[in-house]
Amino acid sequence: MSGQPTYQPKNAIMKWIERRLPIGSLIYSSFVVYPTPRNLNYWWTFGGILTFLLMVQIVTGIVLAMHYTPHVDHAFNSVEHIMRDVNYGWLLRYVHANGASMFFLAAYIHMFRGMYYGSYKEPRELLWILGVILLLLMIVTGFMGYVLPWGQMSFWAATVITNLFSAIPGVGDAIVTWLWGGYAVGNPTLNRFYALHYLLPFVIAGVVGLHIWALHVVGQNNPTGIEPKSEQDTVPFTPYATIKDLFLMIVFCIVFAWFVFYMPNYLGHPDNYIPANPAVTPPHIVPEWYYLPFYAILRAIPDKLLGVLALVASIGILALLPWLDTSRVRSANYRPLYRQFFWIFVLVCIGLGWLGAKPAEGGYVIAARILTAYYFIHFLVILPLLGMFEKTKPLPNSISESILSPARAGTAS
Amino acid sequence: MLHKTLVAFLALALLAPLAPGFAADAPVPPRQKWSFSGPFGVYDQAQLQRGFKVYREVCATCHSLSLVSFRNLGQPGALGYTEAQVRQIASEYQVKDGPNEQGEMFERPGRPADRFPPAPRFPTGTPPDLSVIAKARTYERGFPWFVFDAITQYQEQGVDYMVAYLTGFEDAPPAGVTIPQGLYYNKYFPGFATSMPKPMQLYTNGVTYEDGTPTTPEQYAKDVAAFLMWAAEPHLVARKRIGFQVMVFLVVFAGLLYFTKKRVWSKVKVPA
Repeated sequence: MSGQPTYQPKNAIMKWIERRLPIGSLIYSSFVVYPTPRNLNYWWTFGGILTFLLMVQIVTGIVLAMHYTPHVDHAFNSVEHIMRDVNYGWLLRYVHANGASMFFLAAYIHMFRGMYYGSYKEPRELLWILGVILLLLMIVTGFMGYVLPWGQMSFWAATVITNLFSAIPGVGDAIVTWLWGGYAVGNPTLNRFYALHYLLPFVIAGVVGLHIWALHVVGQNNPTGIEPKSEQDTVPFTPYATIKDLFLMIVFCIVFAWFVFYMPNYLGHPDNYIPANPAVTPPHIVPEWYYLPFYAILRAIPDKLLGVLALVASIGILALLPWLDTSRVRSANYRPLYRQFFWIFVLVCIGLGWLGAKPAEGGYVIAARILTAYYFIHFLVILPLLGMFEKTKPLPNSISESILSPARAGTAS
Repeated sequence: MLHKTLVAFLALALLAPLAPGFAADAPVPPRQKWSFSGPFGVYDQAQLQRGFKVYREVCATCHSLSLVSFRNLGQPGALGYTEAQVRQIASEYQVKDGPNEQGEMFERPGRPADRFPPAPRFPTGTPPDLSVIAKARTYERGFPWFVFDAITQYQEQGVDYMVAYLTGFEDAPPAGVTIPQGLYYNKYFPGFATSMPKPMQLYTNGVTYEDGTPTTPEQYAKDVAAFLMWAAEPHLVARKRIGFQVMVFLVVFAGLLYFTKKRVWSKVKVPA
């Protein structure tokens, strides 16, 4: 936005740096005077929370890596060594393991917020697609991290998921052998998963950089879904957004700490405290909770290849969301029908998650099929049609008008 | 509309257990009282010492405790043994060491830094190591109980299951249940047929307690389960203590930030 103050270095050192590398200006314009819509609610704080969680994961992960041994004979015991002998090793590991869950929790809230307020619409399509890429990277990174303790669920999750590639016609088996580095999940698999699990968070950090860059080009969406028009519609990032983000980050940390200190194994699976044993298959192989909706979609399809395609499509379809949603109005606050379909969609995702934890038999499969069908219908039928037929509520003329005369604005959720 | 959807979902969730595949086979393990449950939980040192005695005299015949060192017994929040007592306990074990100058492996009395020695090998398969067994066992809580567990902090399913398992042996299976040769009936074991024989000492006052605690199968089972919980989670007491400090800090900090935020935003009119 034009007219915002620029960075004026005051001391000699900063002046010297600024002439050569204007990093001070970059930080000043991006995180101090950067205009944010004044009507942002707390659902907009999860981007900051996610950045914080990424840093927590990287810092705890690097220290854990100093004590971990990526070898099939030592991995399980080296994790127990961290838990027992390393100073505060139990804290590092529980923060890292529960941090992954918190990361996905925050990411899902962040995504649902984007869906509710139409944050993926023009001109924020690339911003949204970068987010989908981040989700994909998170899924891969989290999966590989789960394999590292080399418990029963680690081993069998690695086996089940890598085997999905064998569904590819013709070259499937060759790809699986290549992924494993052998003819079964074994030491080469564990080694490469470790290397990639260390690498990918930095790739995530890079894409987060692009995501924030794209965000700062187009600006934040807001609960009204209309762009800021004047300076009255915005407040500077600092102190307004920083203090608000920090407050909710600490509230989020209370939830995080609740799991880390009081029930660190609640979100994990007990079988992962049994060392990996290729000769014994657990009765129910289940992924971590954050993969359960996708796992339910995978298992709902009786054909292996089609199941894998449905799994890939369930994530890939998110990237097409900006074009599948044909409505010109962004925010669900002004879209009475979409708002209801949005909440149904949230419940369908939770329902899929619950079914993903259940054995794939009987009524559970039927329910999973219905919900899987609905998941895709939401994107492929409901969203395109809603845009054509939905009668939206009148939009306010500006963000400040929506605040000063709320009667004209839609009621929130 | 939202309410209707919620009702439909609740109905689905309630009906789902009727779907085939939800064959509730084993009874639910009874819930026990544990000194280490809840946000202020600590281990009961006397109970851990009794449990250790049960482990040594009964379980250790077959089960190893390979991740635990003797020194762990004397650590803060553990069994409360002094350094001299730990040294004494360690020396009562024979530990394999070597090779010596002649290239031979030899046995020597244990030292605090040694781990518990491995259990004897069985031709029929190795019984599970008990180091993390308390975290490796559970029973299905099901919806909606698992949701409440996140709030009530009930996470002692593993030890509850172990008490049920250790007291769940019966000499003859009920009618309709056939146990394959070489396996044993246990009413809490998934599928009922377990490869562990009934631990007779637990059912016949086989371990003596010096502190006057009743020597019932339930008491033995509870004590050894508590000991194994400690073995699996030796830093539990420190974790919960630090957790409380962290919680107090976070709540106070969040409160201060809330009022700071209110102050900062006081000049900006925002939606109600």
